[in-house]
Amino acid sequence: MTLTDMRVIVTVVSFVCFIGIVLWAFSSHRSKSFDEAAQLPFLDEDNAGKQSPSVSQHGAQQ
Amino acid sequence: MQSQSTYNYKVVRQFALMTVVWGIVGMAVGVLCAAQLVWPELNFDTPWLTYSRLRPLHTNAVIFAFGGSALFATSYYVVQRTCHTRLFAEKLAAFTFWGWQVVILLAALTLPMGFTSGKEYAELEWPIDILITIVWVSYAIVFFGTIATRKIKHIYVANWFYGAFILTVALLHLVNSAEIPVSMFKSYSAYAGAADAMIQWWYGHNAVGFFLTAGFLGMMYYFVPKQVGRPVYSYRLSVVHFWALIFTYMWAGPHHLHYTALPDWTQSVGMVFSLILLAPSWGGMINGVMTLSGAWHQLRDDPVLKFLVTALSFYGMSTFEGPMMSIKTVNALSHYTDWTVGHVHSGALGWVAMISIGSIYYLIPRLFGREQMFSIKLIETHFWMATIGVVLYIASMWISGVMEGLMWRAVNADGTLTYSFAEVVKAKYPYLTIRFLGGLLFLSGMFVMAYNVLKTVAQGKAVEGGIPAPVAHAHA
Repeated sequence: MTLTDMRVIVTVVSFVCFIGIVLWAFSSHRSKSFDEAAQLPFLDEDNAGKQSPSVSQHGAQQ
Repeated sequence: MQSQSTYNYKVVRQFALMTVVWGIVGMAVGVLCAAQLVWPELNFDTPWLTYSRLRPLHTNAVIFAFGGSALFATSYYVVQRTCHTRLFAEKLAAFTFWGWQVVILLAALTLPMGFTSGKEYAELEWPIDILITIVWVSYAIVFFGTIATRKIKHIYVANWFYGAFILTVALLHLVNSAEIPVSMFKSYSAYAGAADAMIQWWYGHNAVGFFLTAGFLGMMYYFVPKQVGRPVYSYRLSVVHFWALIFTYMWAGPHHLHYTALPDWTQSVGMVFSLILLAPSWGGMINGVMTLSGAWHQLRDDPVLKFLVTALSFYGMSTFEGPMMSIKTVNALSHYTDWTVGHVHSGALGWVAMISIGSIYYLIPRLFGREQMFSIKLIETHFWMATIGVVLYIASMWISGVMEGLMWRAVNADGTLTYSFAEVVKAKYPYLTIRFLGGLLFLSGMFVMAYNVLKTVAQGKAVEGGIPAPVAHAHA
């Protein structure tokens, strides 16, 4: 196998891999976990304006 | 169960404040360079004040000192808050701050003295390259260590972008800075000829793609949703955005070497992948902007959001312009002209600086226990100074660049050049002056920011954010 064959294989594998990722991302199974992931920045209470850190017990959704 | 532990905000504070300081320093050097192109006497016949030495100082200061500090600050903040855990290896995190400041100071000393390896955006000589490597490996340990010890199942998309930025910059730096030292202050590249040029621009373009894009997209995916108060428009799209960017950026470097000794097929590959890049770039830009859908009214009276959204508009503009300029026939006109300079600054000032400024305005009150910045009005003032400054800058460079390209290629009927080089330089004079004024306006905005930040810090006191108790996110 020549170096060029290797390059062709790596390129094709990368492309197939990317198509796989797109299909995976758009599969309906992912919907729920993506929705949860998108909420991640808001699981954390925002401490703007508070002089001392206070800790939430109930997963403050802003 | 009440958790009393806090996030590490100290290193975030340090980097956030230095972002403002290095922004002013780096942009001031840029304004001096711009002024020298209008008034050449401004080098005062002093070797270390010559354009050739100040220009790399400017680029290094704005990219690695200003942009770098903004990336360190925001990545340390975002990774902790989206992983619900304190920074991993905090002593190492403190070392990344001091180490990075030493790198910047060494750059500020050696570049004006004329010590350079001559590689664009990688000018620093070999002892500093080694220090950069040590700091960067420490950064990677802190960042990925924090992700490894996260209390949340999912790794938020912003962290993917920051992670890609950290890993890729490590790879780029190691490969491109491979050099053979001949003395304490001089080294030569390990590569030669066209291969050296290709490696340099593989580095150069991916520095744009990963240092100046991926990391700042990490900012976008955290700070835009937070400032708007709603989640990112499409998380799905953000995943595809990430991988599309990763798979395509690496190939685009050859467009910096059109019509050179680089093989033609390599130039064409670079051009094609640069055109493909339009898709992920705009996908990401649309994802960020559409996060505001249904909340557009917030743009009216929130200048921080104005910074973030205007940054995305400039990102969209420059990632459209870039692929167009990579087309070989367009490049034949644009290459080596001021058009390139305008394009770079539409990305650097419009996108990178504005998203950083917006993020820092978001961070400062939170790091210093204040409700908001000292003056919202001054943020608004800064926003308009910055926007008008960028527009003056890039519009004058477009006109100057296209004119320059057309004058260079103009030939008389007998085949001789219509214009001498000096005639082209003379024709650019008014545009170079407008560019200087635009840059000066943008820099003045940074002073407004510095005043606002100083006042906010003086009124507040350093606080640490509390980490939510584990029960808080059990359902996540």
